Amino acid sequence: MPTTPPPRGPVPGPPPRPAQPSALASTTSHPVPEPQPCTGAQSLVRSLEAVGVELVFGIPGGAVLPAYDPLLDSTKVRHVLVRHEQGAGHAAEGYAQATGKVGVCMATSGPGATNLVTPIADAYMDSVPMVAITGQVPRGSIGTDAFQEADICGITLPITKHNFLVQDAADIPRVIAEAFHIASTGRPGPVLVDLPKDVLQAATEFAWPGQVELPGYRPVMRPHGKQVREAARLIAESRRPVLYVGGGVLKAHASAELRRLAELTGIPVVTTLMARGAFPDSHRQHLGMPGMHGTVAAVTALQKADLLITLGARFDDRVTGKLSTFAPTAKVIHADIDPAEISKNKVADVPIVGDCKEVIEQLTDAVNALYQGGQRADITGWWKTLDGYRETYPLGYDWPTDGSLAPQYVIERLGAIAGPEALYVAGVGQHQMWAAQFISYENPYTWLNSGGAGTMGYAVPAAMGAKMGRPGRTVWAIDGDGCFQMTNQELATCAIEGVPIKVAVINNGNLGMVRQWQTLFYDERYSNTDLGTHKHRVPDFVKLAEAYGCVGLRCESKEDVDATIGKAMEINDAPVVVDFVVGKDAMVWPMVAAGTSNDEIMAARDVRPAFDEDI
Amino acid sequence: MTKHTLSVLVENKPSVLARVSGLFSRRGFNIDSLAVGPTEHPEVSRMTIVVSVEDLPLEQVTKQLNKLVNVIKIVELDPAQSVQRELVLIKVRADMAQRSHVLEIVEMFRSRVVDVSAESLTIEATGTADKLEALIKVLEPFGIKELVQSGTVAVGRGPRSITSSGLLRPVERHTA
Repeated sequence: MPTTPPPRGPVPGPPPRPAQPSALASTTSHPVPEPQPCTGAQSLVRSLEAVGVELVFGIPGGAVLPAYDPLLDSTKVRHVLVRHEQGAGHAAEGYAQATGKVGVCMATSGPGATNLVTPIADAYMDSVPMVAITGQVPRGSIGTDAFQEADICGITLPITKHNFLVQDAADIPRVIAEAFHIASTGRPGPVLVDLPKDVLQAATEFAWPGQVELPGYRPVMRPHGKQVREAARLIAESRRPVLYVGGGVLKAHASAELRRLAELTGIPVVTTLMARGAFPDSHRQHLGMPGMHGTVAAVTALQKADLLITLGARFDDRVTGKLSTFAPTAKVIHADIDPAEISKNKVADVPIVGDCKEVIEQLTDAVNALYQGGQRADITGWWKTLDGYRETYPLGYDWPTDGSLAPQYVIERLGAIAGPEALYVAGVGQHQMWAAQFISYENPYTWLNSGGAGTMGYAVPAAMGAKMGRPGRTVWAIDGDGCFQMTNQELATCAIEGVPIKVAVINNGNLGMVRQWQTLFYDERYSNTDLGTHKHRVPDFVKLAEAYGCVGLRCESKEDVDATIGKAMEINDAPVVVDFVVGKDAMVWPMVAAGTSNDEIMAARDVRPAFDEDI
Repeated sequence: MTKHTLSVLVENKPSVLARVSGLFSRRGFNIDSLAVGPTEHPEVSRMTIVVSVEDLPLEQVTKQLNKLVNVIKIVELDPAQSVQRELVLIKVRADMAQRSHVLEIVEMFRSRVVDVSAESLTIEATGTADKLEALIKVLEPFGIKELVQSGTVAVGRGPRSITSSGLLRPVERHTA
């Protein structure tokens, strides 16, 4: 084995490659080399090298220790020592979401593995390709409540696409090949590989499998031609259609195809929280984000549509509001690579199982053929209505009356100054919604967040992973003061490993989204939402940043916002944390209150849009 | 709610039963019965799962089941197009005075006695759920000391096997 030390500094990442076919496919054409004698741990590291892993985020510990020894010698795989396993998991997610490649995290048995549970659940909800490798107690100790034993396969059964407990060192290359194949193909997701310590120590042979054989795993990529033609017919006939675009379009690398379909048809587009960036925000046909905090135009378009062209979206409750009143007059075309998503929440009139890229390409051709034959309904009246909503109810915000800084303004300026090439990684809460609303996303894979799981603490470690995957890009974590205090220990990792992320802490001193609900639904009884970050300045985020080897900045007034962002943009040799001290009473609008109908959308507090009921 | 019988071919690997049963409970479905055992292929096991659900939730649960990597194939067996059987062992009170009555019933139901003692008989019976229910009902007056029943196992009628298409309706209707 070579003994060169692992490389330091950001790893230059190749451009995103399609998730289909998997990384494994590129290795299948090579002749299978002769088996080489080694330990299970060496076999693991060679397998990771063979599958093309360049980065692993993790923390060693007792049971996984054997794997860390050969890792020291690998010149291809760089291991990043994080400060908490949750950070490793979210970093792997951020890396995966920024690059389209499989993110890898590693932890020891017991608490090391259980600390990965939250990011694994997060990756499962947002379909992020991830492989988690965990140490396990030796085979003979499994089931004896041994020191640092946890049944991590049992624990992660409902939150992984699949998991493996490896019982024989000879299986390691096959299991790693299968894990990466499953994680990256079909609907992507997390896969866990649990490796008992004695399996890692056992003598074995390394032989990379020629191909993966999984008789029960065959994702459907190609859509059914008849269904596509039926969808095209509905599109050509529809007078009030909407392209309802979800994260599946990004997973399928189908942004360019989506744009062609949208521009051919002239149909309005809405992009969900997971699909921000899949279609340029500046595009005339883009109505914005639908859902609980979506634009009035996007939400109302879905409500009044006669046809939803659903592409890689899953009718999440945060999009549909009260399901029984969602899009009541619409026929539904639902295209998804996961057959189980189709008709799960909203029954589809035209179900299409397939990869979004292929679906959209075929749909575009089929619609074009109908147009050529003169079949095309007029949608100018629909656009007139929607433009009316856009003009009457644009996204906006009021400045706080107490003279404090408006958080929306900070985020808006951040987007304008850092620009559309930067990556924005949000936590969960008000700041996340404002970041989804007030930054203009022009490019795919520039918006990363925890959508389905809503994991506070996602931003800092995910930004770290994203920056390591895309070292040439500016990466801004936009975090709340609540979220930031959950995972900011990874600033130490960023400082030491040379990962110059930038963190905008939108510090309103409170768990802002919870406080907003208390304001609106709990008679302004603020139970346990004041974090004291304003009142006591505990912690002092500037001092905290400096203690972690980062640059700490603070901004408290509108006049300083641009200059502070500019200063942060100039620092590229260290992580930067900016404490934006903002007002605590700002609220996220528009809003559809949980459990109510999208028809009840409030454009602002006490402002209910007046809809033209004739539509 | 209607009863549905699902035949599920799975890879014969550890934890497959936990994956399948966990999926049903997690998605809020009650399993009426579940039987699992080997098949003609050593690497494949077959589960027969009986669930009481409406058509739409059934479609959802079978789609979710199909997503499990170790699940190879799922078909729904129509009761009219398949043979469905359960097995029951009943330990029934049967002293000298009652023994002949019990044996008459055993004869009538084409079941058989597999264990005898001074006060009891153990009866083995196979059949449809209805037949076994009827047997249990007529034995109850004698006093049932112990009863153990298997889950349903089922196989499609005719010459075709589960791996051939046509006879058995694939459950994932939307993907077809």
